Amino acid sequence: MDFLIEFLSYPFAKRAIVVGLLLSISAALLGVNLVLKRFSMLGDGLSHVSFGAAAVGLACGVAPLQFSIPIVIVAAFLLLRLKQNSKINGDAATAIVSSSALAVGITVASLTTGMNTDINNYMFGSILALGKSEVIIATVSSAVITLVYVLFYQKIFSCTFDEDFSTVTGVRVRRYNAIIAILTAVTVVIGMRIMGALLISSIITFPALSSMRICKHYKCTVIAAAIISVVSFLFGILLSFAFDIPAGAAVVLTNLLAFFVLSVIGRVKKI
Amino acid sequence: MPLITVENLSSFYEGKKVFENLSFTVEDDDYLCILGENGSGKTTLMKTVLGFDIKHTGSIKFNGFTNKEIGWLPQKTQHQKDFPASVKEVVMSGFAGGGFLGLKYNKSQKNTAKKNMELLGLIDIAEKSFSELSGGQQQKVLLCRALCAAKKVILLDEPVTSLDESAAEEMYGIIKKLNDSGMAVIMISHDVMHAINHSKHILRLSNEIFFGTKDEYQKYIAEDM
Repeated sequence: MDFLIEFLSYPFAKRAIVVGLLLSISAALLGVNLVLKRFSMLGDGLSHVSFGAAAVGLACGVAPLQFSIPIVIVAAFLLLRLKQNSKINGDAATAIVSSSALAVGITVASLTTGMNTDINNYMFGSILALGKSEVIIATVSSAVITLVYVLFYQKIFSCTFDEDFSTVTGVRVRRYNAIIAILTAVTVVIGMRIMGALLISSIITFPALSSMRICKHYKCTVIAAAIISVVSFLFGILLSFAFDIPAGAAVVLTNLLAFFVLSVIGRVKKI
Repeated sequence: MPLITVENLSSFYEGKKVFENLSFTVEDDDYLCILGENGSGKTTLMKTVLGFDIKHTGSIKFNGFTNKEIGWLPQKTQHQKDFPASVKEVVMSGFAGGGFLGLKYNKSQKNTAKKNMELLGLIDIAEKSFSELSGGQQQKVLLCRALCAAKKVILLDEPVTSLDESAAEEMYGIIKKLNDSGMAVIMISHDVMHAINHSKHILRLSNEIFFGTKDEYQKYIAEDM
């Protein structure tokens, strides 16, 4: 208990928890759709682009976050477009974009600022790194994501279950795909600060996969994913503080644990 | 006036003409089977009628409804196999096209869905998971979703492919029942025998296009032989 009080007495810890919780919810909601649409790697691809953009931003002396967001949004659109283009496999395209962006980031960083702590933080995340502006952006974007998700819930479900059928009934499928892409891009950029570019995509995919172990209805899957995500984040960040390990890694490990536990529960339930 | 009037329709796929000068009509309580080999353009025709982004010339007229109100039963996609969704959730998504927001469905939509689920015998499995159903039941669920979106006509894309014989028979029975109750049916099919036995009109796509009643079609193929 003392440990918890001590932890919460630091302003950076409070900020990290607030941003992290908001982020966990939005990442989980988006994750359900990305996983079900067989596009789990989008988050991974975007996180590398986000890292590349942040490195360039740092080198140019521009605020890395504000610099990254538009670039990552554009990348999200490109990747979605490539997915629809049958000539290049979306999977392969994501891999190429992902490593190229990382390479650009590392090259620019080495030539200018060097591989300093800032760069390291973007790679592996840090709960110390969050400023006030990031808290505001995270709060606003998470609120928007949750609101959009609730308001357009039925349309998003329909698009995710059957894109073609939705198109025929008059759902603007492209619009909802674009919305998901933009929201994912913003989530990835902000999440990168805490989780690190290399690990952020896991909080998008893990909660969805875990909740699918035990849920058979869509609504249940979405709600459970959000809860799993929040709980894993809280445990992760406490572990991170208690054992002095990077927050991103700790959160991924708690998510992994949740996945194992729920897989076992899912199996047992079936029998 | 017929429900759907197609005149001199030519469709293109990747720049190539798939079929040309196709004309046919769908009447009020019609049962039209569209036959043809793979690659003859059945899917392109279906997508053109449904309003997909397919380059075409000629005209398609709908009498008293729009192409958004065609109840379409597409073929199942791969990713639906492990999709976590209840039967009810899938059926209700037939209404997703209406309105700007998609927060909740209204009372009359819920009633229509319930009525359609009763019609197809899905009420008892409404809360079951779509992915755990048999192929035949899944197909019924997707047909029920199509009914929710349909105003006057349903368009079925090879509805019995991958079903076993008894499930296929049941599916055909349901389609017949729907047609008898006044719903126009357009079915893309490989099953020539079924088309001759149950449909009212037949459209066959091949080098030479045939459109007419099933009796005319029987004469036509008899002459062909």
